[in-house]
Amino acid sequence: MYNFDFEKPGSVADAVAALGAEDAQALGGGQTLIPTLKQRLAQPSKLVSLKGIAEMQGVCTGDDGAICIGGATNHATVAAEAGAYPALAATAAHIGDPAVRNRGTIGGSLANNDPSACYPAAALGSGATIVTNTREIAADDYFQGMFTTALDEGEIITEVRFPVPEKANYQKFVQPASRFALVGVFVAKYADGVRVAITGASNDGVFRWAEAEATLSSNFSPDAIDGLSLSGDDMISDLHGTGDYRAHLCGVMTKRAVAAAA
Amino acid sequence: MPKDGGIGASSKRREDVRFLTGAGNYTDDINMHGQAYVHFLRSDIAHGTITNIDTSAAAGMPGVVRIFTSSDFEGVGGIPCGWQVTDKHGQPMQEPAHPILAQGKVRHVGEPIAAVVADSLAEARDAAEAIVVDIDELPAVVDMKAALQDGATKVHDDLDNNLCYDWGFVEENKDAVNKAFEDAAHVTSLELVNNRLVANPMEPRVAVGDYARGTDESTLYTTSQNPHVIRLLMGAFVLGIPEHKLRVVAPDVGGGFGTKIFHYQEEAFCTFAAKACNRPVKWTSSRTEAFISDAHGRDHVTKIELALDADNNFTAIRTETHANMGAYLSTFAPSVPTWLHGTLMAGNYKTPLIYVNVKAVFTNTVPVDAYRGAGRPEATFQLERVVDKAARELGVDPIALRRQNFITEFPYATPVAVEYDTGDYHGTMDKLEEMGDFEGFAARRAESEKNGKLRGLGVNCYIEACGIAPSNLVGQLGARAGLYESATVRVNATGGLVVMTGSHSHGQGHETSFAQVVAEMIGIDENMVEIVHGDTANTPMGMGTYGSRSIAVGGSAMVRATEKIINKAKKIASHLLEASEADIELKDGAFSVAGTDKSVAWGDVTLAAYVPHNYPLEDIEPGLEETAFYDPSNFTYPSGAYACEVEVDPDTGKVTIERFAAADDFGNIINPMIVTGQVHGGLAQGIGQALLENCAYDENGQLLSASYMDYAMPRADDLPMFDVDHSSQTPCTHNPLGVKGCGEAGAIGSPPAVVNAVVDALQSAGKDVTHIDMPLSPDRVWAAMNC
Repeated sequence: MYNFDFEKPGSVADAVAALGAEDAQALGGGQTLIPTLKQRLAQPSKLVSLKGIAEMQGVCTGDDGAICIGGATNHATVAAEAGAYPALAATAAHIGDPAVRNRGTIGGSLANNDPSACYPAAALGSGATIVTNTREIAADDYFQGMFTTALDEGEIITEVRFPVPEKANYQKFVQPASRFALVGVFVAKYADGVRVAITGASNDGVFRWAEAEATLSSNFSPDAIDGLSLSGDDMISDLHGTGDYRAHLCGVMTKRAVAAAA
Repeated sequence: MPKDGGIGASSKRREDVRFLTGAGNYTDDINMHGQAYVHFLRSDIAHGTITNIDTSAAAGMPGVVRIFTSSDFEGVGGIPCGWQVTDKHGQPMQEPAHPILAQGKVRHVGEPIAAVVADSLAEARDAAEAIVVDIDELPAVVDMKAALQDGATKVHDDLDNNLCYDWGFVEENKDAVNKAFEDAAHVTSLELVNNRLVANPMEPRVAVGDYARGTDESTLYTTSQNPHVIRLLMGAFVLGIPEHKLRVVAPDVGGGFGTKIFHYQEEAFCTFAAKACNRPVKWTSSRTEAFISDAHGRDHVTKIELALDADNNFTAIRTETHANMGAYLSTFAPSVPTWLHGTLMAGNYKTPLIYVNVKAVFTNTVPVDAYRGAGRPEATFQLERVVDKAARELGVDPIALRRQNFITEFPYATPVAVEYDTGDYHGTMDKLEEMGDFEGFAARRAESEKNGKLRGLGVNCYIEACGIAPSNLVGQLGARAGLYESATVRVNATGGLVVMTGSHSHGQGHETSFAQVVAEMIGIDENMVEIVHGDTANTPMGMGTYGSRSIAVGGSAMVRATEKIINKAKKIASHLLEASEADIELKDGAFSVAGTDKSVAWGDVTLAAYVPHNYPLEDIEPGLEETAFYDPSNFTYPSGAYACEVEVDPDTGKVTIERFAAADDFGNIINPMIVTGQVHGGLAQGIGQALLENCAYDENGQLLSASYMDYAMPRADDLPMFDVDHSSQTPCTHNPLGVKGCGEAGAIGSPPAVVNAVVDALQSAGKDVTHIDMPLSPDRVWAAMNC
């Protein structure tokens, strides 16, 4: 780890000010950033912890019934308190291990946008709204490829709003070593249609499977997936599986998510 | 009734109290006054010529004490290899130089190029980044077969080629073996990979070098399974320090699994640098460094053929193996694919003719050496896979085919140069059939199929050669060391004992089970016996712990030393009791005169030995301390039969282990609980190899699985509750305790059971799958089902 300054502001405004310094870096739960620093793969001048900002903590229900999660809320809290959206709580309950869940935050996960992380699938699959210190960003506009998002330099995710679907489920097929998603499929059925978001598989990061969404919107049953397939050509191919294998798993996990949706 | 102490009791592991309460003393816990830290600048290129190393900017950076490169080691020897294999033409293996820091070339990712010693680790790392190294990259030699082709890039320019040796065993049998194949009614052949593994002990390697200017004595604290071996190799071959000026201490060590047997550059460096800098020098491996500098294990590519006659009797086995040595020869690397592998190819079967060919190959990868089982898992895997395949081809029951070919009469001389002293292979298989509930399998398979899963049952046997090894034999085979073990038993005046052993415990529980042996012999409480190990300054020269040798060889040395103690104590007792020595009996910690009620307590005798007021001084010396060295007359041959039941998810290829039963014969057992724990650990590692662990390089020699993000270690939820039994006991006939050793069995015996089970599951669904290479990860299983 290289030397850096450290600040832990108590308000979003102070955090934004602190992030104005050159090469300053926001720190959520540090579950990706701290290992990166320990490997000397990043050299921020300053870390700005978002954990001391009370207004970015906790889970509540908005006037429209959406589940609103503070950007600095850890996964264990979401697992325990987002019961009004059971599929979201269950997703949070299976991220990493207990240590990760008690440190890692939803804002940190979404800002990092790891192509194998679980939360991007939940946010995209739910059509969530990413609220920042400056604006509200629809999930469909937010995810822009592996480790790439719509966030500007110094922009902070203060809240994430999840509209609660009629039914939803997340199915994660874990990569055996990291236990990140080799393929993770989040399926959510809303009154106006079904959303299917897939993480772990694509070279472009989390994506919506439009064909499955269309089919499931008219027939929300596992069998509806039969005959649908994705191409493995643009999918991640590595030590743990080829693109074709991942493409196959997309179908299997989608089917299982539909079957398990509640 | 289970015993509550001594041999056969499941005494709680006394060492666990300190391990579990954070009171262990590991090498990284050792910090010396004025200590400096070393950071190694390691190659991130697999193969290249070093054209320039510029340390000038780094040398002036804050906290830097000194920067070392290979030019600082010109008067110093390289890292030695401890075993010389002779090839099939009678020629010695090709043995490259193994410098402490890269000399002229880098030959694997992770090879140390320069070492920065600084006041703090952070300063050492900062300075290392300022070192400029220019390397002209060369093509990386990764694939073993390509490495042996004419014109292949050479890992070592001064060697003829990349072939370390071409070994034939037994070369004289080759023609007869070939003839048997010509005459065979059926031949089954199989090509397979025994996947490369990273040992991953929980505690990474650590070395602290210290030098006492006043007495010219060097001390190395290190994470070693065998401190005396390190002292001998490093003192005699690397640094030229005589043993009386060199002390090596291996305190609490957090797991070794083989990879902490070997003498590593970092140990020699810290010892050397401590003197050169006149300051203690400490190195603690990061996990990342461990992946690219700890010797790896396995990595064999094998073709095995099994010949059978018309009655399904095995008539011959022929194998051809390519064994990866990596870039340099680690301490015992050449012995693993040869004498620890070829000699086991008979397995549990009376196959009369066997020929084993092994080509050991240099590549631009981390050196490969012994890992839990070392050679024996590779032998077991290929043999038990080919037998299973043969049974399927012939349409016979795989257990029946095994039973038909079992060795049943002992001692049994195999055609591969070893003689099994005892065993009962039908006995362990009987036990396994009872544990495995094979009758219930069909119902369980039906239940799995109802849930959309495939279910498979895999069975295998294993034999291993443990308790290594007779020194005169291994000397003939190329070992550059003896393989005896030592013990000193020191009885204190008030009756307590300290046993100083040359064995080394790094998780095995020696402090408990060794004490049980000595306490049993004397008839005293175990808590009166303390086991001391790991420090060359206070233990007799010993060869350490590996190859499931500690109780068989180290325990035997302890028995011999304790016998000497008892013999002398009887002389003292006979004097105190005014009786003939021949009439003295030792029982329950008291000496009595046979046929009388006269007796004297153990403590009275020990006190007399040290306060010899009433003592036969004219006949015997005061004191009660004895040393014994024990050199075994043969290996020991633990054996067993394992059964694995898996479920395969046909949609994803995911394998889950539903049941696992292990019936072992370890001969006599000192502490059943500890033995069970050893089997559990071995099974976890074997199942890890079979399902999860995959050390993979790309074609440029970059390690793809260089962290736990990509290297899958077995976790508790990957494993079932194990059903373990070791009630089949055919005691070893040639050591005093009748013990065989149990440390490696689980890792040796389990991989073929898992693969056999998965193949069985896939075939149950009509898939024409006869083999899948380990690890049987979901993608590989799915690909096999859908090719």
